Amino acid sequence: MPYVLTGNRLETGDVLWWDGADWSLHIRDAAILEKPDAEALVAKFLPAERISDLVPVEVTLTEAAPRPTTTRERVRAIGPSVRPDFARPSLNVSEI
Amino acid sequence: MYRYDAIDQGIVDARVDEYKDQVARRLAGEISEDDFKPLRLMNGIYLQLHAYMIRVAIPYGTLSSAQMRMLGHIARKYDRDYGHFTTRQNIQYNWIKLEETPALLADLASVEMHAFQTSGNCIRNISSDQFAGAAADEVADPRPYAELLRQWSTLHPEFSFLPRKFKIAVIASDTDRAAMRLHDIGLQLVKNDAGELGFKVYVGGGMGRTPIIGPLIREWLPMDDYLSYMEAILRVYNRYGRRDNIYKARIKILVSELGAEEFTRQTEEEFAHLKPLGLDAPKAEFERIIAQFPDPDLDASAPDTLDLSNEDFAAWVRQNTHPHKTPGHIIVTISLKPVGGIPGDASSAQIDLIADLAERHGGDEIRVTHTQNLVLPHVRKDALFGLWQTLKGAGLASANLDLASDIIACPGMDYCTLANARSIPVAQEIAKKLAPKELELGQMRIRVSGCINGCGHHHAGHIGILGVDKKGEESYQLLLGGSGAEDTSLAKILGPGFDEDGIVKAVEKVVAHYLVVREGPSERFLDTYRRLGAQTFKEAVYG
Repeated sequence: MPYVLTGNRLETGDVLWWDGADWSLHIRDAAILEKPDAEALVAKFLPAERISDLVPVEVTLTEAAPRPTTTRERVRAIGPSVRPDFARPSLNVSEI
Repeated sequence: MYRYDAIDQGIVDARVDEYKDQVARRLAGEISEDDFKPLRLMNGIYLQLHAYMIRVAIPYGTLSSAQMRMLGHIARKYDRDYGHFTTRQNIQYNWIKLEETPALLADLASVEMHAFQTSGNCIRNISSDQFAGAAADEVADPRPYAELLRQWSTLHPEFSFLPRKFKIAVIASDTDRAAMRLHDIGLQLVKNDAGELGFKVYVGGGMGRTPIIGPLIREWLPMDDYLSYMEAILRVYNRYGRRDNIYKARIKILVSELGAEEFTRQTEEEFAHLKPLGLDAPKAEFERIIAQFPDPDLDASAPDTLDLSNEDFAAWVRQNTHPHKTPGHIIVTISLKPVGGIPGDASSAQIDLIADLAERHGGDEIRVTHTQNLVLPHVRKDALFGLWQTLKGAGLASANLDLASDIIACPGMDYCTLANARSIPVAQEIAKKLAPKELELGQMRIRVSGCINGCGHHHAGHIGILGVDKKGEESYQLLLGGSGAEDTSLAKILGPGFDEDGIVKAVEKVVAHYLVVREGPSERFLDTYRRLGAQTFKEAVYG
């Protein structure tokens, strides 16, 4: 299964996705990784402690964006399902 | 209400300065996340799904208008223009930036508020009856005694690292509006035959993974022994409460494993040791605190009648007001449960408006209820119609207190890292389905939690819903028969769980069956369930 790498920015708590070169607010930018590669990145970024709660997330690939396989990660990627006005644009709220 | 003295303010200001330095050092990379995390948690700051969340303590759910306005200011300046009132009578903000938290805490401190002890294994915010000081049925205002506990427990060095978090509720009437027996310690203020005030003491109640109704361990605790006895209970717990298993670490497990009788014996033994040490507050300190909760200056000759010719107003009065101890006045509950809305959420504009209304009509006080609503405790009856019109204009006049759409829901997986399922959408959907017939249904307390920790009080619901994880997908268990009131009982799981649509349909089936089998409109759902048992509802839901 494909994976993406996520975490939260230390200063703001924002949900971030690794795009291969930097961190993005949008899961549509996320680099698609094999699980070992995602885990290697966690090990790489962990010591600096600038991104909290680093974790590889399993996804399925859709036209719009990688779609996390768990509801929890879909909520993180999109925003609270009950506040569509806050939704990130990568995936539709109905995807939750 | 209680105003900080120089000691209180000094403690809070010093904590803000200390925390500001801690954040600066963390952002500069001078301290590790492992070292920093407990420090931010001690200041009520969590990292949730989308951002940091801060939980602000509202002692015994009482706020002044100035404090309420500050909560609105924080929503505007540091969050996304709203806050979420919780089942612990606190408020949470969901979109906080760590780098801004020192300034946020400084703003809170400027109105005698803080966020410490809203996280961690310490004594949490003391909760109480939202009608305290106004209720016609109380023996005394319970808040001075809750305030004394607040002062005793604030940064108490011996009780800052308990086996697990610790929650205390204090009430003063036979009607329990604070789920008192579902707390680690529940205190009921009572009067003896000599007219003296003392407490009934319940210990070892709680919801969550192992719901237990707290047993009575002391029928009469004299006021003079109050703090020594609390200290004794906490000491026994601190010494013998389990630290090897987080799921068995609450005091309810200790009381349950020892048995209430043995726990009481150990507490009394510890109390006998502590009492001579002079820990109890001197009479002058009691009087100093009590004097800060005077009866508001209300005109008992104010007109004691209401013109109920407006049907919508009359419906709201019937549902959302309670008798006040002073003639010509009434207690108003402002529902934060508009049908289809998010239970407990209020915008900064609504918060500001309620602050203004409290200043004009509420004796400058607002109360937060554990059911995620707000209260104006001291409203003149001749001002009630105008007040209702203003609330209506702001979307705050839902006449649904204790009805099917007045649902408690935790933030659930829309916000919370601990949650296994979303709570709010389920509550919204059930409210929409049941609201059209909720008057016919009568009192119906529905509670939704997104995980076993039970912040949504599902075990205390007439109808409770518990969200669980089923291989990465949300699933919901249906529970029936709980109560957090004076007839405390624990809801029991009815049968196999459902998906999101299924749980709503299951609740509809329960409700439809209740309408068929109840003995009449005056028999509450809970009473019907208690009379008939689970089986008939099980057949109605599962066929």
